[in-house]
Amino acid sequence: MYLVIIIKVALKSLYANKLRSFLAVLGVIIGVGAVIAMLSIGAGARQDVVGRLQSLGTDLLMIRPGQRGFGGVMTGTHQNLKKEDAEAILKDVPNVLAVSPVVQNKAQVKYYERNSAVTVLGAAGTYFSARNFEIERGRGFTDGEVEGMARVAVIGPTTCENLMGQDDPVNAVIKVKGINFKVIGVTKSKGDQGWFNPDDQVIVPYTTAMRQLFGMDRLSEIDVQGRPGADLTAIQDDITSLLRQRHRLQEDTDNDFNIGNQAEILATLSSVTRALTILLGSIGSISLIVGGIGIMNIMLVTVTERTREIGVRKAIGAKDRDILRQFLFEAIFMSCLGGLIGVGMGISVAKLIGAATQFTTSIQPQSVLMAMSFAAAVGIFFGYYPARRAARLNPIDALRYE
Amino acid sequence: MIIDAQTLVKTYELGGSTVRALDGISFQIDAGEMVAITGPSGSGKSTLMHILGCLDQPDSGAYFLAGENVAGLSRDRLAETRNRRIGFVFQTFNLLPRMSALENVELPLLYAGNHNATEPAIEALRTVGLEERMRHEPNQLSGGQRQRVAVARAIVTDPAIILADEPTGNLDSKTGEEIMALFFSLNAQGRTIILVTHELSIAKRCPRRIHLYDGRIVEN
Repeated sequence: MYLVIIIKVALKSLYANKLRSFLAVLGVIIGVGAVIAMLSIGAGARQDVVGRLQSLGTDLLMIRPGQRGFGGVMTGTHQNLKKEDAEAILKDVPNVLAVSPVVQNKAQVKYYERNSAVTVLGAAGTYFSARNFEIERGRGFTDGEVEGMARVAVIGPTTCENLMGQDDPVNAVIKVKGINFKVIGVTKSKGDQGWFNPDDQVIVPYTTAMRQLFGMDRLSEIDVQGRPGADLTAIQDDITSLLRQRHRLQEDTDNDFNIGNQAEILATLSSVTRALTILLGSIGSISLIVGGIGIMNIMLVTVTERTREIGVRKAIGAKDRDILRQFLFEAIFMSCLGGLIGVGMGISVAKLIGAATQFTTSIQPQSVLMAMSFAAAVGIFFGYYPARRAARLNPIDALRYE
Repeated sequence: MIIDAQTLVKTYELGGSTVRALDGISFQIDAGEMVAITGPSGSGKSTLMHILGCLDQPDSGAYFLAGENVAGLSRDRLAETRNRRIGFVFQTFNLLPRMSALENVELPLLYAGNHNATEPAIEALRTVGLEERMRHEPNQLSGGQRQRVAVARAIVTDPAIILADEPTGNLDSKTGEEIMALFFSLNAQGRTIILVTHELSIAKRCPRRIHLYDGRIVEN
């Protein structure tokens, strides 16, 4: 009953000053909305980056030749990764699931009268699973095809569309540098990664690429896939010492190869985007605090306006805490109402940003919860001082107040 | 004896000089009395009313209300005393806006922690003859009706004294007369009533008068 009266009085007094209450609440609405929208942009960016990286394979180490030079002057790239290195890694390094030697070059690819200059990649059959490629149509190559230097190719969806349009690509014959290859599969689209496009390439067995297409006897890259759950850094260390030994490097010389660790890149990028999320969230929180100051301002005005009412309440027996509760409730009610509307607004803004711009947004339930409780906390924090001021009023002065 | 005031002293600092608003006042009031406190403005009658109403504390002296010494009570205990022992009626009615007459009358009971406030509140409104208007808010009531609601609010906790500060000051003579009649009938029911007024015509009709001048009792 007592609570009902408190709520009733609070609602009526807020309703009696509709515009003023709305403006005070607006600050919190914008604050909560900003927090939710900002956090959803941050979370969206993070999911985006992590998702793209994961599509490249996260349990992957990429060994590339190092730069060649003398005394700090770099003159080119080593040509020192051999097929035997790849075989040794698979044989001698523990926890290695698969190894794929990779050679890479640009070449002209023709299909009847159409042609396209694309990246031609020579790889082993394990390359597809290690790099998270899915075969959309047809199949990947078998070990036998790799061993036998078969002239088969798996092409990316962009390449497929550029060359063949609506034609059925499987079992079609394309010419790479004038040599006929049978298309046996098309990869599923992964989307452009910015620095390269995995959808616009032709993948052939690395043996065929080395001997028949490019005449290379060195590899451009060795992809090493660790066993699920294995420590990639340990594998990286093992590979480093194995390759140093195989390349007969002295103790004091630098590595003549680089090892890229996808898991490390992933960790770095997700910590970057986490920092971004925190930054965006703090910007939103600042507007929420400003909103709280707005509520405090209005509550101070309200307390002054209702000084006489406070005096009457005290005269008929209200204790300090009764007055405190009344005004604190009004402040909390305003901030929670603002919080609720702000949640709705934040979600809509986040969806709008996600739909209308290139930002990916992801609304996290925990950030909604956080923004809501932060709004309530703002109400308590900024409502307490005006409420306390009301509660401490001297009844005589309050009754005499004009 | 419901009120026992012993050498009450209250001083104020006003613009550098000290004003003795109450200069050692002593008097007693028995249960069931109807007393008028009169005096010109500046005589200390407002100060005395504040102390009798437990809104303020005397600088020295003792004030026993229904046997309890009020001097030196904490803010919360004073609020409880006001709630249980005193019913206020003000010149400007002082009803809470945006609350119905019934809710206004219920409020002292709610502050007392009494959850069944509605029945006694309706009963009090019936006593002042405003039962059928209990759903109306103060701005829908006439001055006389508002003052009746205020009286109902004052009696709803069944207090030891009803303290009325110029209760007819804002009313025309006819409605003022009605309110006075209400006070007389309440007194006839055995309630103790203290009227603070500067209108002699009203004071003369009270069985007992305390006249203040310069912080002292000059007629009792």
